Amino acid sequence: MSNFAYISVAILLTLGIYGMVLKKNLVKKLIGMTILQVAVIMFFIASAVKGGATVPVLDERLGIPNPIHYISPLQHCLMLTAIVVGVATSGVAFALAILIYRRFKTLDEGILLQRMGEK
Amino acid sequence: MISHNSPALIPLISLGSAIALPLIAFKKKALAHPFTLLVSFTMVILSFYNIARVWQGERITYHFGGWLPPVGIEYLLDPLSAFIACVINTVAFFVLIHAGGILEREVPHRTVPYYALILLFLCGANGIIITGDVFNLYVFLEIFSLAGYGLIAVGERAAVVASFRYLILGTLGASFYLLGVGFLYIVTGSLNMADLKRIIAVIPVNPALIAALALMVTGMALKMALFPLHGWLPDAYTYAPSTTSALIAPIGTKVAAYVLIRLLFFVFGIKITVDTIPLLDVIGYMAAAGVLYGSLLAIAQKEMKRMLAYSSVAQIGYIGIGLSLANPMGYIGAVLHILNHAFMKGALFLVAGNLRNGSGHSEIPRFDARLRKKYPGGMAAFSVAALSMIGIPPMAGFFSKWYLSLGAVEKSNWVMLAVILISSLLNAVYFTRIWERVYLIKGNEENDDTLLQEKEPLILLVPTLILSFSLILLGLGNSFLVTKIIARIIPPGM
Repeated sequence: MSNFAYISVAILLTLGIYGMVLKKNLVKKLIGMTILQVAVIMFFIASAVKGGATVPVLDERLGIPNPIHYISPLQHCLMLTAIVVGVATSGVAFALAILIYRRFKTLDEGILLQRMGEK
Repeated sequence: MISHNSPALIPLISLGSAIALPLIAFKKKALAHPFTLLVSFTMVILSFYNIARVWQGERITYHFGGWLPPVGIEYLLDPLSAFIACVINTVAFFVLIHAGGILEREVPHRTVPYYALILLFLCGANGIIITGDVFNLYVFLEIFSLAGYGLIAVGERAAVVASFRYLILGTLGASFYLLGVGFLYIVTGSLNMADLKRIIAVIPVNPALIAALALMVTGMALKMALFPLHGWLPDAYTYAPSTTSALIAPIGTKVAAYVLIRLLFFVFGIKITVDTIPLLDVIGYMAAAGVLYGSLLAIAQKEMKRMLAYSSVAQIGYIGIGLSLANPMGYIGAVLHILNHAFMKGALFLVAGNLRNGSGHSEIPRFDARLRKKYPGGMAAFSVAALSMIGIPPMAGFFSKWYLSLGAVEKSNWVMLAVILISSLLNAVYFTRIWERVYLIKGNEENDDTLLQEKEPLILLVPTLILSFSLILLGLGNSFLVTKIIARIIPPGM
């Protein structure tokens, strides 16, 4: 079961894409988008997991010559940036959803397309 | 100092001024436009300075925080990135001059944040082009896209919906790209492009590497609006303000095309994209379908901006076709088309903006000879750009199609050759529809809409004319461009 983390990431990815593409409600699309972003973050973190290793802060007992005892910090750093990007994207997305609701009084994609045609 | 820091300077200047702009224009809103122009002009000067240095054979790199690659983030100016940076900054500068005359009318009371967003957008675009790190590219891609969503959303009533759809698909694309970066990092342990290239050349090809390539290319194809992933593009271009359309159409999709070139030829290399999996063939046939689809739908449109949007889908297909040929001629055609299409589409969208500003609409069935009498300059600009789109020599558009055709012939790929020729005819059809109305159909004096202004102001007319008439110069000077600059960008091993 060593691939269990990746399998759950794959399930999350599928869920996210399903929500973004097939759900009609705009907020549900955004929920799908968030799930997708979380899945990507989980994927990076899962790839950094290493059994029996410690945080990448110099430990006197382990020393520098044994990098095998430390986990790689890079994926975590990258994902900190990705989380920030994700939050910014969600912020813009919700602002747009609010604007859409104010102008068209609906968040359902089907009704929205009708009202866009009417002007 | 400038010579040492110049790669980092272009994105940083626009990032810093995007933050400074609301403060500077806090009391006097009129300052926003001259300040943006000044920043944009500095960026043009810097990018030409860079290309002059790169041309002399220098390879300019900048290491953030002094960390050497592959550990640190590297900014890199090689002939390809210096060239594309020149193209987008120049087009952006002329579009920004034009913005001064039209923004007050299209986005009243919100011009200051709008200019700040434009500067963020340019920061993202230049960052994507100059960075040499695949993850840093993702960050700039998101800066660029988020600014783009905002720029589109301030347009007409339906623009928010178009922007939302673009956001959903754009985030999907960016997430795919990021997932690909993850696979790539797991396989190679590096994020630096030059380092990745070295590692990928020696390791055996494995499924994870191919998954990384597939995910990154799909993500970029979404951003580039390569058929059939173009769903967001027509609405976004149609409902956005004129300045946004004229900025995103030449810059937005070209930047994604640049990333595709970078990934396919400079990171993964032809060994994988052609010999191992038929990825370039897939891109080529998608692009060819897009060329026909975009051109046919452009003929069916009644609104000029929407017609130009569908024509953009087709023109992006040309770039895809050029890349898929994977021979020097096709590649030269693709890179030259990035330049030409940036100028052509920029000029055409500016004309559409001028028409909307002057007569309040840009619906083709309502066009007639009065437009020609009122706007002789704008219509001349339109005609030159449209001739170039069709591919009449000596306009620039002819030469990129010429190189693409030569590439197709060299590879005996008759399908692509047929697609290029047929779509040129289709281009002629949809531009002739406008010519016919503007130059041949007499104006109906009875329903004379008094909205028509007497003349278009110079601030709108001059940038439009410069962009479209430079197409003649680009066409006449194309042998210089190709032999001196683009020939040096051909990736090794092609």
